[in-house]
Amino acid sequence: MWDYTDKVQEHFLHPRNVGELPGANAVGEVGSLACGDALKLFLKISPDGIIEDASFQTFGCASAIASSSALTELIKGKSVEEASKITNKDIAAYLGGLPKEKMHCSVMGEEALEAAIRNWKGLPPREQEEEGRLVCKCFGVTDTQIRKAIRENGLTTVDEVTNFTKAGGACGDCREQIQDILDEERGAAKSFTEIKPVTRPMSNIQRMQNVMRVLDEDIRPRLAQDGGDIELVDMEGTKVVVAMRGACSSCRASQLTIKDLVEKTLREQVDPAINVVEA
Amino acid sequence: MSDIVKGDSVIYLDNNATTRVAPEVVEVMLPLFSELYGNASSMHTFGGQMSHFVNEARANVAGLLGARPEEIVFTSCGTESDSTAVFSAVETQPEKKHFITTRVEHPAVIALGNLLEKRGYDVTWLGVDSRGRLDLDELARSIRKDTALVSIMYANNETGTVFPVDDIARIVKERGALLHVDAVQAVGKEPIDLSRTPIDFLALSGHKLHAPKGVGVLYVRKGTRFRPFLRGGHQERGRRAGTENVPYIVGLGKACELAGSAMAQERTQVAALRDKLERGLLAAIPNAIVNGDVEHRLPNTSSIAFESVEGEAILLMLNEFGICASSGSACTSGSLEPSHVLRAMGVPFTYAHGSIRFSLSRYTTEAEIDKVLEVMPGVIKTLREISPFTRRG
Ligand SMILES: Cc1ncc(COP(=O)(O)O)c(C=O)c1O
Ligand code: FES
Repeated sequence: MWDYTDKVQEHFLHPRNVGELPGANAVGEVGSLACGDALKLFLKISPDGIIEDASFQTFGCASAIASSSALTELIKGKSVEEASKITNKDIAAYLGGLPKEKMHCSVMGEEALEAAIRNWKGLPPREQEEEGRLVCKCFGVTDTQIRKAIRENGLTTVDEVTNFTKAGGACGDCREQIQDILDEERGAAKSFTEIKPVTRPMSNIQRMQNVMRVLDEDIRPRLAQDGGDIELVDMEGTKVVVAMRGACSSCRASQLTIKDLVEKTLREQVDPAINVVEA
Repeated sequence: MSDIVKGDSVIYLDNNATTRVAPEVVEVMLPLFSELYGNASSMHTFGGQMSHFVNEARANVAGLLGARPEEIVFTSCGTESDSTAVFSAVETQPEKKHFITTRVEHPAVIALGNLLEKRGYDVTWLGVDSRGRLDLDELARSIRKDTALVSIMYANNETGTVFPVDDIARIVKERGALLHVDAVQAVGKEPIDLSRTPIDFLALSGHKLHAPKGVGVLYVRKGTRFRPFLRGGHQERGRRAGTENVPYIVGLGKACELAGSAMAQERTQVAALRDKLERGLLAAIPNAIVNGDVEHRLPNTSSIAFESVEGEAILLMLNEFGICASSGSACTSGSLEPSHVLRAMGVPFTYAHGSIRFSLSRYTTEAEIDKVLEVMPGVIKTLREISPFTRRG
């Protein structure tokens, strides 16, 4: 059982500013269903750059909901300039602290705010730029994000990095790399000059998000015409595991549907290397 | 802890995590903490009489399982029983380097599979289908000449899915391998008769059947070669060293006796309440699915996945109403991924994170189920209003 502060409890049970925001002119989206938490932040920013209103939609645990609620309260009325200085620490502090395993919820808030502000400025979402090197493929975390968390929060161990960024929290394959980054950062005064941008292939998370988008926007509506539906079960690299639902699941032609419709569409729209199999 | 929350003030639907100690069990244990504190190994009557109590408990446990008393070894918990069985099988057959288990075991067995793998064993992890069922042909094909042990749970703690243990035992025996069954969730809920089902080792845990935490049993079939896990004194006829935990063993004996007479109640009354709960929730809440094999399931368990909401958030809202359940979501366990059981079943992410397990007991009342049915739709609705993934419109 988590030791949540009364403030976390209160913001979880009575979240402020929930739902879509009519007239919003900036939206920031981070996380995904697959990762277990996601936050969509809506901002209404006046022409002179004041955040007049803010709202959120969050999928996640109590601390994710409370962090989102706190974030909207923190930024309302601030200028974009002021708001962009808000970090995960401010969110956690506003809530009277978060359990250390839950710090990533506050980081998600900071990232959603950053994404929304970029959106308002007309900049592309972060992921589409080459922002550092992908370190954790399970959660799609780059070294830039890890370094930022280390510096802003004075992190010293791999477990702390996991608590703040989730990196390292699933298969654990990236833990050694995280340790290397920690070592580098510790000796940063000497060795750290700049992070070289590296061109990188699509991360698993990006691919998964793209697959989910194409499934939802393109494939599901087409299947629905025949009373069928499809669900994403799992993804490993370019292997996409799906389950057919509704009319499709019993339809003998479902194998055909998977290859001819689903795989073909995903290969065209997401990644030519994709291979679709049924769960 | 500032405010202590007592059992009689909550609706306790988390009996697969642990159960309340039956009042009858408490009663038989109490004198063993006060005036009857002797050591069963002592020469004097005051201590020696304890072995009489222990053996009476042993007979009760054996009775519930259809075993002989000498096949019952008392341990400290289900986990110890699992470890003892696996290490015994491995140590008595050093030439065999293959271990078979499933992807959906309790961590008490998963961790042993991982350890054996590290030590160079070849481990076969049997998968399950979307309803949590094993492929028995795959099991049959997997057994080899060098298979040291097959370890398969009787019933899954998260979904309640019951494996066809009779068929599994037949398949394993026909191929000459040893079989360990983790029956921690099944004992007292599923009829088990070890005089008819050829199982070599079977684990149970006291606190899942209304005895205290910290006492368990390993059944070791007569004639099965055995190596103790804990070495030292000759308690339990040399099979488990350490002074017997007499009060807990006696409590477990009583709990087994009670379980035997309450079995029918578990399978009718408890099952009926579980079904009422499940049907009511599915009828009132759209986009909810049942996890597991509904046709072969523990009578007390229902695991339901709610689309596009997260389990910890559901549990904390239920907690506000004094309702205790558990979840297969990542956030509650402190891990960042949904439960290995739901992932092995291929439950879609949209659902896996929002899975809630309700587990009843014979102490669950209809009024409590009605209360949950009243509260739960509102909880899911509230969280779905917050979620960006809710199907709207
Ligand atoms: C299937 C299963 N095996 C083993 C155990 C471990 O039992 P104990 O807590 O007594 O060590 C549990 C308890 O959660 C269980 O559900
Ligand atoms: S790659 Fe980071 S946890 Fe798997």
